[in-house]
Amino acid sequence: MSAASEAETRFEREDTRRRWLLSTPALLIILVAAVGPLLVVLLYSFLAPGSYGDVRWQFSSDAWFNVFLERDIFDDTLAPAWAHLSIFWRSMKLAFITTLLTLVFGFPTAYFIATRDERTREIWLFLITIPFWTNLLIRTFALQEVIRQEGLLNTLLLKLGLISQPIPMLFTDFAIGLGMTYVYLPLMVLPLYASMERIDFRIVEAGYDLYASRFGVLRRIIVPLVKPGIIAGSILVFIPSLGAYVTPRVLGGGKSMMLGNLIELQFGQGRNWPLGAALSIALMAIVMIALLFYVRNASRGGPTHG
Amino acid sequence: MNWKGKLAALGLALAASTGMAHAEGVLNIFNWGNYTSPEMIKKFEDTYKVKVSITDYDSNDTALAKIRQGGHGFDIAMPSQNYIPIWIEEGLVQEIDAAQMENGKNIAEEWKNPPFDPGRKYSVPWALGTVGVVVNTDAYKGPADSWAAVFDPPEELKGKINIVPEMNDVIYAATKYHGGKICESDKDVLRKVRDTLLKAKPYWVAMEYSTIEKMVAGDFKATSDWNGSALRQRLRNPAIHYFYPKEGVLVWSDNIVLLKDAKNVENAKLFMNFMMDPENAAMNSAFHRYANGIAGSEAFMPADMKDAPEINVPADVMAKSDFSVACPQEVQELYTRIWTEVQK
Repeated sequence: MSAASEAETRFEREDTRRRWLLSTPALLIILVAAVGPLLVVLLYSFLAPGSYGDVRWQFSSDAWFNVFLERDIFDDTLAPAWAHLSIFWRSMKLAFITTLLTLVFGFPTAYFIATRDERTREIWLFLITIPFWTNLLIRTFALQEVIRQEGLLNTLLLKLGLISQPIPMLFTDFAIGLGMTYVYLPLMVLPLYASMERIDFRIVEAGYDLYASRFGVLRRIIVPLVKPGIIAGSILVFIPSLGAYVTPRVLGGGKSMMLGNLIELQFGQGRNWPLGAALSIALMAIVMIALLFYVRNASRGGPTHG
Repeated sequence: MNWKGKLAALGLALAASTGMAHAEGVLNIFNWGNYTSPEMIKKFEDTYKVKVSITDYDSNDTALAKIRQGGHGFDIAMPSQNYIPIWIEEGLVQEIDAAQMENGKNIAEEWKNPPFDPGRKYSVPWALGTVGVVVNTDAYKGPADSWAAVFDPPEELKGKINIVPEMNDVIYAATKYHGGKICESDKDVLRKVRDTLLKAKPYWVAMEYSTIEKMVAGDFKATSDWNGSALRQRLRNPAIHYFYPKEGVLVWSDNIVLLKDAKNVENAKLFMNFMMDPENAAMNSAFHRYANGIAGSEAFMPADMKDAPEINVPADVMAKSDFSVACPQEVQELYTRIWTEVQK
């Protein structure tokens, strides 16, 4: 081996070592702050509940059993844990609808911004990010003030004479949908905008030149080009809305549990930490599956014909 | 001395000075939010030259979990009576012998020897009250002296009821409604409890904690609630009344305990003694709007509390009521299942 190549390998080796060293802080943080607690949660899900919260150090698979199945408290028959399943389903549904609504409202918004000139674009983007400056809880309570019985909207409509008595909006599904869409819209608009900004709009013009209808241009040209943005935005919206419970609780009245509430109940008044831990891990598994589904969909890529 | 030596000396001096400040006058309180009278604290600070800091918690379970972890730096906490046996059993608190303190004689007769802390070895009364029904009488004129007001409501209240989502309180209420007892584990009664809650749920508009502003603003016309909260509502809207359901109500209290790993034991004891002085207890009541378990404090209460129906529990109601206790884990599990079923 020549001296030159030996020096080169040594240099490479040093380079690799330096890279590892430089990434140590990040790796440590991931290990200590992400993997560590997760392992604790996983461990707890296999222990028995303590009498007043906490866990007893004794192996038990009851928690996992109870995530999916339950023994009827009255006639002792074994059945799927319908209560848990319907709460899972409600959270999934909410996450799905939120993703859909933010997409419906976010797409035109992002398109509008992407087609402005550069300076105006910056102003619009800036406006989109403003809600992030305020805490989620405060924004949710502000929305509550707008739609409550004697709130801003009802008062305005009454004064204008458009309605004769206040429309009940707070504590309805409408309120939850409104709140979730409002809260997660920026997370959809930003990635959509990022991929729209890169579109070469001459292609769109070419499409029109070739007699494509407006809808055809949207479906055959814009949507395929924006697809990575749609997928990124959907992931960013879907995952947090799956675990969301502040917004549904405050605007929906908290009559129906979300997954987040169900988990909280086990760690709080329910005093069943193992079940709470098992439910958390189950939620994570769902997120992972959803993510894999999205990523596989994304990697298929290319314009779709259909 | 080189610079390292100087730095070390400086560090030592700093440590010593803060250490002394610690010993001289600090008291770290761990309490429920919006529950401690600032004037009362100011008076304590001025009298004993002690600097008080207060940290909030939002539930008994949070407080218990945090204290259990250790390293919290708090001296005293105010757990509810049903949790106090747990704190004692787990060795989280130390004996203070409240009765032997200078003001110990002021503890009201009925709170001198409570089942959750016989002989007041560990705790000093802070606040106490009941959980009942609040109705806006503009919306519903009829009698509301039964849990039926929220479980089997009259036409006028349907769809305008709120339930404060305290699992144990709600299930207790439904149990009493069906003639059961506290921590009921009888399956026949619990089945009725579940069915009643499931049937009542469509009549509820929300299950929320923030009752005061929503009752006053008219978003709710009735709610299950704590008496102090009901009093605050009535003071802002005279049509709002607190009712004691005839089936029985839950009586609860929060009490001051001295933590095992407290660093400022003397200041904590000063504070506990201070709180058993009727004038100070009344000052605190004027803020949180609950009674306090200190005899003679009535004389110092603000005028709007002296004979408030929310504060003074009628004797016949008291006879049918229960003192809040921690139910056994098996019962708690049944309750959690019913609660999940109701909110699924």
